[in-house]
Amino acid sequence: MIPASFDYVAPTSVADALAALAEAGDDAKVLAGGQSLLPILRMRLNAPEKVIDLGRIEELKGVSEDGDHVVIGAMTTYADVLASDLVRQHAGLLTDAIAEVADPQIRHRGTVGGALVHADPAGDVGAPALALETEFVITGSGGERTVAAADFFQDLFETAVGEGELLTAIRVPKHTGWGHRYEKFVRVSHQWSIVAVAATVRVDGGTIAEARIGLTNMGSTPLRATAVEQALVGKAATDEAVREACAAAAEGTNPPSDLNGDSDYRRHLATVLARRAVLAAAGA
Amino acid sequence: MTRISVTVDGVDYSDEVEPRTLLVHYLREQLGKTGTVVGCDTSNCGACTVHLDGRSVKSCNVLAVQADGHDVTTIEGLAKDGELHPMQQAFHDCHALQCGYCTPGMIMQAIDVLNDTPDPSEEQIRVGLEGNLCRCTGYHNIVKAVQQAAGAGATTGSSAGTTSGSTLGGEPV
Ligand SMILES: Cc1cc2nc3c(=O)[nH]c(=O)nc-3n(C[C@H](O)[C@H](O)[C@H](O)COP(=O)(O)OP(=O)(O)OC[C@H]3O[C@@H](n4cnc5c(N)ncnc54)[C@H](O)[C@@H]3O)c2cc1C
Ligand code: FES
Ligand code: FES
Repeated sequence: MIPASFDYVAPTSVADALAALAEAGDDAKVLAGGQSLLPILRMRLNAPEKVIDLGRIEELKGVSEDGDHVVIGAMTTYADVLASDLVRQHAGLLTDAIAEVADPQIRHRGTVGGALVHADPAGDVGAPALALETEFVITGSGGERTVAAADFFQDLFETAVGEGELLTAIRVPKHTGWGHRYEKFVRVSHQWSIVAVAATVRVDGGTIAEARIGLTNMGSTPLRATAVEQALVGKAATDEAVREACAAAAEGTNPPSDLNGDSDYRRHLATVLARRAVLAAAGA
Repeated sequence: MTRISVTVDGVDYSDEVEPRTLLVHYLREQLGKTGTVVGCDTSNCGACTVHLDGRSVKSCNVLAVQADGHDVTTIEGLAKDGELHPMQQAFHDCHALQCGYCTPGMIMQAIDVLNDTPDPSEEQIRVGLEGNLCRCTGYHNIVKAVQQAAGAGATTGSSAGTTSGSTLGGEPV
């Protein structure tokens, strides 16, 4: 299928992109890697009058270091994040999760920013971003603001990025030396997560000192399994102790029921995947 | 209409396109390069895979205007002087196709896999091809073909061998 007609601009700076957005108002749609937006336009689920392509804005691309943070430009592709030693070393949970997104072709085009603003609850980038307590840099005509991960995801396909604003970067606090694992459950290769669990832990002498757990597709937004995080602190990284702590993985969640599984099944999966993810992250 | 300049299979083109034109439709309908096919409406099947600046993409999920100023290689740009690319030859030798519909995309993605991992394990081949669906072969002979091509050193050569700005290392095989 072919999208409805639209006007197209490809600004080369954030300032020009914001000006184009302001001028077009809500008739405009921002295009990043296009791996979610183009299917939507092709199916005519949306028909913007103007498409503003961020693909030529170099300042939005790339990974850098800023003190205790790794900074990833919104237009950095999945493939470039996967290739980044900085991300692997300091935020390995993100590397693990992005390796599980879609397929190589889509990872060559899709961007971290596009994935996060699209905010599909079954998407694989939200839960690790949340677990790593990522800060979201949002830029509008009034300047830049930073939003905490806990406030970024608001509802199904809804984030803190307002009309006329762009997500320009994410700032991921360094978790150097933390173990990490993304456990994604699918029935067939190349499927969206039925449920996935993102776990990163700091182990100190065989004991879990700190844990961060994010859940994919267990509600309308990515969620933190805070009960499990707390229960894990001070526990030995053994199967028995981790199993017990992870029994609370579905607490406070509201997973969907669909052809891939009903919500009870997803709750069960969350506990199993959390145990696997934590044990692997702890190197046990 | 928007004017774009694209290098496709080593030839420079400059064309007027509607911004909504998908890259695959530009290739097939405006350039007549029907070697690249459309197999689905959801960007799942991979039949339309081409290389954009040396990296595989699904050309049904890229706008032609996004390719402006870039380098595209399709299945039609692989053979040199009547000689099949080693990956094409390997698909032929290993009977890695039946109806052949998935083959253009499968070959383009298989070359991308070898560009990343010149000596892949069977699992790396299967995972590398996860975005390409085949309804005929059961994948077995496709995996064999990629193994044969890897043995023959077919790690590069998606570029049409011109001066175009492909990011691929190495010389076309
Ligand atoms: C076949 C297929 C399988 C897939 N499988 C998976 C999977 O297993 N796991 C997974 O997580 N994802 C999957 N995806 C989705 C993929 O990850 C998308 O690439 C991603 O969701 C969107 O990123 P993008 O850069 O392509 O954004 P686009 O599609 O270009 O944009 C997405 C949305 O975000 C907005 N937007 C983009 N960037 C910005 C910005 N900087 N500021 C403000 N708004 C912005 C756009 O306006 C649009 O609404 C799949 C996609 C396909 C086609
Ligand atoms: S036609 Fe492009 S992925 Fe199926
Ligand atoms: S050979 Fe028929 S789809 Fe692959």
